[in-house]
Amino acid sequence: MWDTIANIFPYAIVYTIPLLITALGALFSERSGIVNIGLEGLMIVGAFAGALTINKLQAAYPGEQWTLWVGLVAAFVIGVLFSLLHAFASINLSANQVISGTAINMVAGSLTIFLARNITGSGNIRILQGFRKFDIPVLSDIPIIGRLFFSQTYWTTWFILGVLILSTFLLFKTRFGLRLRSCGEHPHAAEAAGVSVRKMRYMGVMISGGFAGLGGAIIISTYSGEFNGSVAGLGFLALAALIFGQWKPLGVLAATFFFGFASTIANVSQVIPSFQVIPAVILKVFPYVVTLIALVLFSKSSQAPKAAGEPFDSGKR
Amino acid sequence: MKKAIVSLLAVILGLVAGALLMIFTGHDPIEGYRFLITGALKNRERIGNTLATATPLIFTGLSLAFSFRTGLFNIGAPGQMLFGGLCATAVGLTFDLPRVLLLIVMILAAFIGGALWALIPGILKAKFNVHEVVSTIMMNWSCYWIVYYAVPAYFKGPSLETESKLLPEAASLKASFMTDLFNGSYVNLGFLLAIIAVIVIGFIINKTTLGYELKAVGYNRDAAEYAGIAVNRGIITSMLISGGLAGLAGVAQYAGNASNIQIGLLPSQGFDGIAVALLGASAPGGVFLSAIFFGVLYSGRGFMNAMTDIPPEIADTIIAIIIYFAATSILFERLISFLKRRRTNKAEPGKPSAPDKPDSPAEAAKPVGRVGE
Repeated sequence: MWDTIANIFPYAIVYTIPLLITALGALFSERSGIVNIGLEGLMIVGAFAGALTINKLQAAYPGEQWTLWVGLVAAFVIGVLFSLLHAFASINLSANQVISGTAINMVAGSLTIFLARNITGSGNIRILQGFRKFDIPVLSDIPIIGRLFFSQTYWTTWFILGVLILSTFLLFKTRFGLRLRSCGEHPHAAEAAGVSVRKMRYMGVMISGGFAGLGGAIIISTYSGEFNGSVAGLGFLALAALIFGQWKPLGVLAATFFFGFASTIANVSQVIPSFQVIPAVILKVFPYVVTLIALVLFSKSSQAPKAAGEPFDSGKR
Repeated sequence: MKKAIVSLLAVILGLVAGALLMIFTGHDPIEGYRFLITGALKNRERIGNTLATATPLIFTGLSLAFSFRTGLFNIGAPGQMLFGGLCATAVGLTFDLPRVLLLIVMILAAFIGGALWALIPGILKAKFNVHEVVSTIMMNWSCYWIVYYAVPAYFKGPSLETESKLLPEAASLKASFMTDLFNGSYVNLGFLLAIIAVIVIGFIINKTTLGYELKAVGYNRDAAEYAGIAVNRGIITSMLISGGLAGLAGVAQYAGNASNIQIGLLPSQGFDGIAVALLGASAPGGVFLSAIFFGVLYSGRGFMNAMTDIPPEIADTIIAIIIYFAATSILFERLISFLKRRRTNKAEPGKPSAPDKPDSPAEAAKPVGRVGE
């Protein structure tokens, strides 16, 4: 049993990272007061931009690792740009954020395949080579922990964990973070204190878009290797993780890992006999069901940003 | 009237955006749209196929429209449609009944399945004030995975792992008189059922106490409660009906247009229902018309793709863009009001412009439920 767990642990981490970065981005957005259910679409856009960039660059510079990082940057930028659609609709026009987010999901899903078909004919974009796995020297030799956390890792994992720490610091220890959070709790008070609610909300949505795009590209450059117009509901899983993690960075980390681990077990349960005792369907449905239960349990004491989802009307009191 | 103009503007802008995309990717948009329209409406068979394509959209559009009217945002239509379809398929593959009885049981199973899938978010909303958008999204993906594992385990087809067995002919909504009427098209009884649903839902919304109470809950929950309307029961009832309608979309799709259920995708018709309801201004008649319009886009795209090598996803993209424009319709509303004001100012100089009055109480009411309320 220990051996199987140790074997799938690195996979679970790899699967968790895109979820983590996407949910972390959504944390910024919701903390600023904008609900973003367009995460799935933003991930797809990022996956598309990343796959396309990496595909083209690798054709010109085969075997170079930096091409992958350029792909991640491209995904981040495109994610930010695409999220502006959502920001404009929900901040400037006070549109219904759910409809706008749904539109983002649908536009992303169909537009990227439309473009990919024009480019490759099949609608799929394959990259030649993803990030390489490696064992961290010294640390991977530590008993137990070394094998679980420090072997067969990707650079992206450590990069994203760094982003997590940075984001936590940014949100809770800086002036910017305080202002951003105040816009999600009491936008009118924030405005009275001289904070530009629109600007803060734009920042929140753009960070969310960039991080979700990064998440999509990380899927491509680590475990998937091919863009096919879908991220199979990972964006919605990230949304669930954000709620289950009660809008806190560490909560989000725990929730995404929890969900990532459950999904990984479900994915490998076909081949590893010791997991067949639990039907895969239960493992797959599990994240959504626990999120529903969490919603009920926390319904009285929810940590959700109070103004999330409400358009800000400066004149309303 | 204003609603209709706004919807029309959203459609036109969506089509223009689609044309720009075609130009941008090196295709001829006029040719593209010409083949799209001919592909959907060229002859009786193609018209029949267009109506068949529109059928599930009518149901999901009605489902969303009904929830919008009650101030709920049932984004769970894809899951409810899938679960309704699963229930209907299960009945169709399991029971050996006389045809009429079997079809009735399948339709009931689809309605109940969809309603059941919406009941949980309804209860959570009514009892614990859990926002229905979040809970229905969770229900969508739960259903996705349940179907993903249930279909191969219990109803596996002979060849493909990703599809169920084909339904027997007795369990199909296809009827020979309709097939003949439309020259061999796959239009089926589902379309007639959809027309009935449009009439029934229109009646419920406009002519019954239930409809009145539900609309009152949608306009102002607190006022409705103060007036003695059982708000919580209203929310649950509305979710049940909305879910049931989405479930009927499932039977129309999987037992009418298709003959089996596929795994690994949430039906796009569920999400398109949002667009259908928005364009149709949440009125049953409007839903019917906009569903037919989307049916044209979806059913003509194959022909267009065959004749011009424009990828068929252009239709999906146009619909998605239309939803975005519908979401940002406030922009057009402002523009229309602005133009109106300017015209009145010109006509009667010196007089202050009249404040814009919404055409109907429905427009004065706040938009559909916002997250976080």
